[in-house]
Amino acid sequence: MTTGILPPPDETGGAIAWLRRNLFATWYDTLLTVVLVVVLGAFAIGAAQWAVTEARWGVVITNLRLFLIGQYPFEEAWRIWLGLTILSALAGLSAGIYGGAVRTLGTWLAAGQAILAGLAFVSALGPIVALALVFNSAVAALGFILGLRRSAWRNGLAVGWLVSLPVVFLLLSGISGTVIPEVGTNVWGGLLLTFVLATVGIVLAFPLGVLLALGRRSGLPAIRVLSTAYIELIRGVPLVTILFMADLILPLFLPGDVRIDRVIRATGGIVLFSAAYVAENVRGGLQAIPTGQVEAAQALGLNAFQSNLFVVLPQALRAVIPANVGLFISLLKDTTLVVIIGLLELLGIGRAVLAQPQWLGAQLEVYVFIAIVFFVLCYTLSQASYRLEASLGVGSR
Amino acid sequence: MGSDQIDPAEASDIIVCHDVHKWFGQAHVLRGIDLSVRTGEVVVIFGASGSGKSTFLRTINRLEVHQRGQIIVDGIELTNDIRNIAQVRSEIGMVFQQFNLFPHLTALQNVSLAPRRVRKMPQPRAEEAGMELLRRVGIPEQARKYPAQMSGGQQQRVAIARALAMEPKIMLFDEPTSALDPEMISEVLDVMRQLAGSGMTMLCVTHEMGFARAAADRMVFFDEGIIVEEGSPERIFEAPEQDRTRRFLSQILH
Repeated sequence: MTTGILPPPDETGGAIAWLRRNLFATWYDTLLTVVLVVVLGAFAIGAAQWAVTEARWGVVITNLRLFLIGQYPFEEAWRIWLGLTILSALAGLSAGIYGGAVRTLGTWLAAGQAILAGLAFVSALGPIVALALVFNSAVAALGFILGLRRSAWRNGLAVGWLVSLPVVFLLLSGISGTVIPEVGTNVWGGLLLTFVLATVGIVLAFPLGVLLALGRRSGLPAIRVLSTAYIELIRGVPLVTILFMADLILPLFLPGDVRIDRVIRATGGIVLFSAAYVAENVRGGLQAIPTGQVEAAQALGLNAFQSNLFVVLPQALRAVIPANVGLFISLLKDTTLVVIIGLLELLGIGRAVLAQPQWLGAQLEVYVFIAIVFFVLCYTLSQASYRLEASLGVGSR
Repeated sequence: MGSDQIDPAEASDIIVCHDVHKWFGQAHVLRGIDLSVRTGEVVVIFGASGSGKSTFLRTINRLEVHQRGQIIVDGIELTNDIRNIAQVRSEIGMVFQQFNLFPHLTALQNVSLAPRRVRKMPQPRAEEAGMELLRRVGIPEQARKYPAQMSGGQQQRVAIARALAMEPKIMLFDEPTSALDPEMISEVLDVMRQLAGSGMTMLCVTHEMGFARAAADRMVFFDEGIIVEEGSPERIFEAPEQDRTRRFLSQILH
């Protein structure tokens, strides 16, 4: 008989024991393991062989400019790299100051540009573009180091982000008669367009969705009915329909001399669509907050607005981070649907590239490349969300 | 009613309740409560569950709306006028059975939230005042912890500090020790006793008869939505007049 405080018994037993327990416990476990290893191994070897020997990756390298920026005029492309410099600087600083999820996003922005720089170097984009992208990565890294333990910069940084998004958009679209002549959004394309649609979509759909969720729970009948009607109407219609509406039908209702840019209309469609889903996610979070929280806030003298802003929403929003990030990931992927109204984002550009006679039959290469890009983007988002949950203590307090 | 109405300006006591009625659907849960509380008085309200004592407490800062009668707090009558409600709430602190701390904020942030956002106090000053309150309830070392990292007794003491942060004239306690493990009850009662000693006006719904005997100026027995009996602790404990009071006391005092 043993007494006193004992260490927990060792239940791992090393790698061999793990293998035996998990893969070779019985004769049919062993059979399954062997068959799966053979099948997966054959697949992996085949894929690797194809990627190294057969695949014509030239289709990606040659058309890298199209994949990255679409038909955006090359002599104006410096504006895109400059815009990225601004975003890299802000992302670097934020990563240093906030850490956590922002650092995941910042790291991705820096690493992504460094990888693209490598591709650009060997492609027709040339060493100067590669240098610009490497410079951006360096700016992000420098910002990160500068931002460490500079929590006093927080407010300035928030203003920086708010100002930078419209500034970058203006930089890209240009003003006629200046050093940055107008570049119609009809020539924006590729990853640039995917990025603009997804970023603007997420940044605008989120606050709109939160407002709709609050509206649906409002004590004022008019606001409640309108919010509910909006949410139910939008959720009853496919995104494709909304994009068609925005592209074809909306102009019919506008006076002839008012023309809204096609990309803006598509973005608007995506925002209006996603906001309804954000609203329902957030409403789920709001319902999970015990009434005692609101009562405590009221008893302290907080008015309805303050109690929502400081007590209810912070708790509700952190509870629905997984659901909302899932929604943002599908928003990112749904941006490919704008191809039906003639906008060539990454996937659309891929199909245009495949129509070039010299690259007939290179579907696999193009789609694998696009799949990798989308996977990296989506995986980054989900990793950032895990970091965000961890830093906010979701599920643990 | 008519001539029966009380003019708020002439109410001399800090809390004046007159003929307060409240219904939940068909259920008549408050059936004409008359109760006045003087400044600095400590009143313990007790009674069986469902007797309306918690509901009554919650009508005083209008977490529940009374449907008939008058409630006048420090000369302000509680009506649907939002300004009156806000003003009355700023004079009343409340402590709940389930603590209702804000789980996403640290102890110190819980305490300093209302002074910062309602009183617009600058953060350093609000946190300094918050630390002072946490010292007063005996847990300054828990300031940076989140509610889930504290024991129930510590959480309830943070909740008391949070209610005190708005410098209320009146404190309402709604069964503050009912959700606590037995060994933590005394640390909360100690804080309440200390508060009573400092001259705070207090209304406590509680079954802690030791606390009532030591700290209460008056005890009020609720049953089925009416006040059955009230009096000093000595009289209630030694010579209760009503059968119902006697029966209830014998049940909870064993």
